Amino acid sequence: MSKRFVEQVGQLARRSVVRTARQPANIVFPLVFPLLLLAVNSSGLQSATHLPGFPTDSYLAFALAVPFMQGALFATMNAGTDLARDIQTGFLNRLALTPMRGVALLAGQLGGVMAMTAVQAAVWIIAGLILGVHFAAGAGGIAVIFVFSLLIGLGFGALGAFLALRTGSGEAVQGMFPVFFVFLFISSMAMPRNLIEIKWFQTAATLNPVSYLIEGIRSLIVIGWDAEALALGFGTALLIAAIAVSLATFSLRTRLTRS
Amino acid sequence: MRTLSVAEGVAWRVLHNVFTNPSLLIPSLIFPLFFFTAFAGGLSRIDQVPGFDYPPGYTAFQFVFVLLQSAAFGGVFTGFGIARDFESGFGRRLLLSAPHRTGIVLGYVAAALVRWLLTAAVVTAVALLVGMQVGGGAVDLVGLYTLAVCLNLAATLWAAGIALRLRTMQAGPVMQMPVFLLLFFAPVYVPLALLQGWIHNVATYNPLTRVLEAGRGFLAGSPTEVGLAFAVTAALVVGFSMWALRGLRSAERAG
Repeated sequence: MSKRFVEQVGQLARRSVVRTARQPANIVFPLVFPLLLLAVNSSGLQSATHLPGFPTDSYLAFALAVPFMQGALFATMNAGTDLARDIQTGFLNRLALTPMRGVALLAGQLGGVMAMTAVQAAVWIIAGLILGVHFAAGAGGIAVIFVFSLLIGLGFGALGAFLALRTGSGEAVQGMFPVFFVFLFISSMAMPRNLIEIKWFQTAATLNPVSYLIEGIRSLIVIGWDAEALALGFGTALLIAAIAVSLATFSLRTRLTRS
Repeated sequence: MRTLSVAEGVAWRVLHNVFTNPSLLIPSLIFPLFFFTAFAGGLSRIDQVPGFDYPPGYTAFQFVFVLLQSAAFGGVFTGFGIARDFESGFGRRLLLSAPHRTGIVLGYVAAALVRWLLTAAVVTAVALLVGMQVGGGAVDLVGLYTLAVCLNLAATLWAAGIALRLRTMQAGPVMQMPVFLLLFFAPVYVPLALLQGWIHNVATYNPLTRVLEAGRGFLAGSPTEVGLAFAVTAALVVGFSMWALRGLRSAERAG
């Protein structure tokens, strides 16, 4: 990797972060909304911990994995919308006239998303600690959660970039938000899969990759070092990231050829 | 009479826009179904929590919340439309052309109600199809849907007041967030008695808790807190009517 390429990525990542930082709504909403839902759900569903087989006596600990996914969704939508705006305003076309490599644009954009993801992950972890959540896997587990959330951020950020490059429209990217939300809702977000009573819902949650991402993080908070949950979680996150980055790279190439 | 003709014109335009534009219509239909599926499907085992006592079951328990939530958010979505109208300059032209401007607010309110009735029909049909048990009789159900209508009116008037004052789409979170908080600070997942900690205290004093509990009572066929629930919704409608009309005056002053 040449020094010049690294510089290009660094510049674009910086641009992505600064652009997000200049719009407070893009920072505050992805941070405040998941925390609000966490507060409401963890208090409202605390009595669910009395169900036989529920893995913990703290619903807050159980639900703490969810903001990581919600934050990733918000960050993805924002990143996708920003990239779409670059296409709509002609920034991408102008960039194509410079010696900058196309892949640097994608890497820079994703670097910005991952920086935002890192900030969010730190906020969720600190919030959990302040609220008294005991991380069963200890300090090492917290570090793994942090790395895991970066990987999720990479995958979902690339998915947002792919949508932006494919459609070239911020509205189209925002229009995908409900679809992502379905994946989040029809998962083991609110209840362990083995305790979901409705059969079709349990099957859908089992087929839904988001369940494994949530369960990977949750296992480190609630259970400790669970090799199966971690392998499934990391495997799913890696697969999503690999597919999404490949799709985004291919779409970028097509988009630059067109422009 | 002229107020009514203005209201009719505004309502027709809003409904025409909504029913011919899938990007406006579909979210208001799909989101309540998401919530219903996620809550009633994913959390159905909650009815086995010790102390949970709602005879029609968890699907019916969640249906009432989703119905009331769809009523409130139907009003908020209409508020987005009002803000869009004023941001694009259409609202200003509307103020110039309407002989009786109160009809403008009335038209938006009527449109929000018709729009929500479609959502309510879809959510109810889906709930019945998935086997929701209904304990209440016809009078109880009229009570439940009347409460929801009142909530829809109140939410529309609230959102209209904001939209007419700020006249920008950026006011969306200001319309949405308080409604969202009031709804979710009520006993959403379990009855009030099973809530613990701070949320129990907040839910106890949240006026929407009365509405939600009364709605669930109607559906179960054992009405409870009916007078208080209707008093709350009536107060909200009256209070937000004044709020919306003052917002209209603010829009008039702004020209």
